[in-house]
Amino acid sequence: MKYALVLLSLLASAMVNAEKLAIVGGQVHTMGEMGVLEQGTVLINNGQIEAVSQSTDIPSGYQRIDASGKVVTPGLIGAMTSLGLVEVSMSAGPVHSSVDDHAVSKTGAALDVSYAINTDATVVGVSRLEGVTSAATAIQSSGQLFHGQGAVISLDPNGDPILAPNAFMVLKVTGAAAQANGGSKAALWVAIETAFNEAKEAAIKGQSPMFRYADSWHGITSKADVKVLQEVLKGAMPLFIYADSAADIRQVIRFKARNEGLKVTLVGGVEAWRVAEELVAANISVVLDPESNLPGNFEQLGATLRNAAKLESAGGKVAIGMNTHNIRLATQHAGNAVSHGLSHEQGLAALTINPATMLGVDGKLGSLEAGKQADVVIWSGDPLEVTESAEQVIINGKMIEMTSRQDKLMKRYKAFYGANGTTPHYIR
Amino acid sequence: MKFTFKQSLAALGCAALLSGCTATANSNKTNPDNNNSDTVSSVINKDPYPSTYKPIPGKPTIITNVTVIDGVGGKIENGMVYFADGVIQAVGESLTIPSGAQVIDGKGKWLTPGIIDNHSHLGVYPAPSTRSHSDGNEMTSPVTAKVWAEHSVWPQDPGFAKALAGGVTSLQILPGSANLFGGRSVVLKNLPSRTMQDMKFPDAPYGVKMACGENPKRVYGQKGGPMTRMGNVAGYRQAFANALDYKRAWDKYEQEVAQGKSPKPPKRDLNMDSLAGILSGDILVHMHCYRADEMVVMMDVMKEFGYQIGTFHHAVEAYKIADKLAENNVCSAMWADWWGFKMEAYDGIRENIPMVHNAGACAIVHSDSKIGIQRLNQEAAKAWSDGVRAGFDISKEEAWIWLSANPAKSLGVFDKTGSIETGKQADLVLWNGDPFSTYTKAEKVFIDGGLAFDLNKPDTWPVSDFELGQTVEGEGK
Repeated sequence: MKYALVLLSLLASAMVNAEKLAIVGGQVHTMGEMGVLEQGTVLINNGQIEAVSQSTDIPSGYQRIDASGKVVTPGLIGAMTSLGLVEVSMSAGPVHSSVDDHAVSKTGAALDVSYAINTDATVVGVSRLEGVTSAATAIQSSGQLFHGQGAVISLDPNGDPILAPNAFMVLKVTGAAAQANGGSKAALWVAIETAFNEAKEAAIKGQSPMFRYADSWHGITSKADVKVLQEVLKGAMPLFIYADSAADIRQVIRFKARNEGLKVTLVGGVEAWRVAEELVAANISVVLDPESNLPGNFEQLGATLRNAAKLESAGGKVAIGMNTHNIRLATQHAGNAVSHGLSHEQGLAALTINPATMLGVDGKLGSLEAGKQADVVIWSGDPLEVTESAEQVIINGKMIEMTSRQDKLMKRYKAFYGANGTTPHYIR
Repeated sequence: MKFTFKQSLAALGCAALLSGCTATANSNKTNPDNNNSDTVSSVINKDPYPSTYKPIPGKPTIITNVTVIDGVGGKIENGMVYFADGVIQAVGESLTIPSGAQVIDGKGKWLTPGIIDNHSHLGVYPAPSTRSHSDGNEMTSPVTAKVWAEHSVWPQDPGFAKALAGGVTSLQILPGSANLFGGRSVVLKNLPSRTMQDMKFPDAPYGVKMACGENPKRVYGQKGGPMTRMGNVAGYRQAFANALDYKRAWDKYEQEVAQGKSPKPPKRDLNMDSLAGILSGDILVHMHCYRADEMVVMMDVMKEFGYQIGTFHHAVEAYKIADKLAENNVCSAMWADWWGFKMEAYDGIRENIPMVHNAGACAIVHSDSKIGIQRLNQEAAKAWSDGVRAGFDISKEEAWIWLSANPAKSLGVFDKTGSIETGKQADLVLWNGDPFSTYTKAEKVFIDGGLAFDLNKPDTWPVSDFELGQTVEGEGK
């Protein structure tokens, strides 16, 4: 086992720039129509998955990676993070995941995180090492009505990190959001309706809506907000809505029913299980934290470890992974959802294909299928087991160097004790 | 009843008049570890809020065919454990089954000591976390050693029952970390009850929460200070200098009382009571501290004033100074993998716990979280496997020391609980598999030999008053 590990890491360092890879012999969770292959082969060529099969014949020119006894999955997708927007969140910065009011956007809808992404942030390297290859990233803290446009980013250490700018819109209808928007949900929802109605009106008014809008406009939205909200109304930009209580979730369902074009995903959804059937009927999936089983407030009295399992039983889909510095723990969270009734395969789907679908990037990410971006992880065993780990991460078809700042700190101090602490200085 | 009433009167007299009380007047209420009659605490009632804890009745029970992790580094593959009268009676590979004992077949299951979390805010930051419930941090002055967490504990916090389902049998409730001295801690047995006193761990010593680094700076920087780390250290030093004076004055007073004189008692100061308790060794120090260099400074402050730091909490950089922590006999209570949320947590690594352990220092897995406390076995499992991957040769049975024996030592209760050894309190968890797996759950949790949680009987799971009649009456409904 250890020998295989060493071999694997040797291969990894030697072949970082290999263009053609063949991952052979692993238990492959395709998360696609092929399901699970007990001993599968994944061919990677030029950054893409070329083929997934049970064939053991490897065409010439492919670097062979032996994954026998290991588990192969698509790269994990952080379902709701601030990766790339945050370095050190408290009292140190930089932090672009919280915003102050600014005249550029009256409602916050126009805010666009794709301008703020920096994948050199330490947390990106640390998360990548543990199998997170892409993520939805968005503003988490704002007093405005909308939290603005999130992006889907790649954790690829090379190249452009933005996979999809303006990928989704974030809105919160929780009690905390109401506090910041009129102090009551009676005000919050009217503001939401008004903002969307303004976007509809501007769209209806003639061939050049923006001109008409600019001529005589006295709405609560700014021009930039209207433009973005029109994309949301068309369903071109998915709308991620935070709500926890069954009462608020029902409002979300009704809101979607009134605006048929909307593509809605529920976020948080602590009491989603109570309205599971309605959510499924409305085609609304849920990003949730399956370990959230204590009420943070009176909107979460129905908190239960069985939330994900109950949604699955009703035919719903969930994504798991709401964190930034420890998005790498999404595997543990999914494991705990599985130990409370979620199927293992949906536990993996909650980290891969489900968030990809919710974000509208499932054509490119989330499964091991020909033509998709080659984001692949080779695990030492079941990824949902806390004692297993990512042994090799492949992003965009390239094996990444399996090291991080944390890894270097560990090795430095391990060496220090190994030398019996002979020199406490760090002169090199 | 009458007797108790008279005793309380005597105690009241002591507290009110602080004279004429002999060391024995309150000796029934003082820590048995403390036989030092010339400390300040001999005339001040050290235990004015005594434990009224009563174990739930248990049956004499023997668990057979079970994988035993004893919590002090030992493992029996196919062992037996017998407990009765709240106490572990026998442990071994093969025991004679006592007549009348309930037999539990532990085939395929693991038995461990109950998990002890030495860093919890359950009850003081309960769920729901409304402002009305926010009672964990007396952010009014940098030195509030006078406040006692037990006076904030809301025993109806649904979090206690959730922690119980995770195998937590004892826990320390700490004040927050805004202050240099945040106040006294309380150790509880995790049997959710009507009152804090009904949960209070009998004869556990008090602790005092102290805090290094960013938090006091941030909270007091614009409120009169401290606003720097050097300001923090000046704050601890001045407080301990004052406490030395206070202790001297009380020692002198007690000496004169003992000599039959009638001296005027020094003025009582509740902050100083707690600090003098630290100096005399009656009260254990639990210090929130992240950075390696700061911990080393604090160990010098400790020597300067002649007290002992029991445990650094969080200790995200403990791996950098594990040798010094071992030398100074200071424990580190750590997370498996929390890091980066603030600058002093920036150098957090996954191998922190195993590296501290490997250096021969006392390593503890703690939660500081109402969610994390529910699966501390998984936290230990992560730290263990990260350590093994990094080349540290640690067994699972050694790793369990982080969850039971070491936290028990950190809380001063290792003579009572924290291991599966004859004579110890029967605080035990029967797991339905290997507790180092995500999928394993606590099947039965015993506290003092009484069955406190049974995974397979959801109707018996505790439901707090708060949950009653709500959407979810505990996970069981």
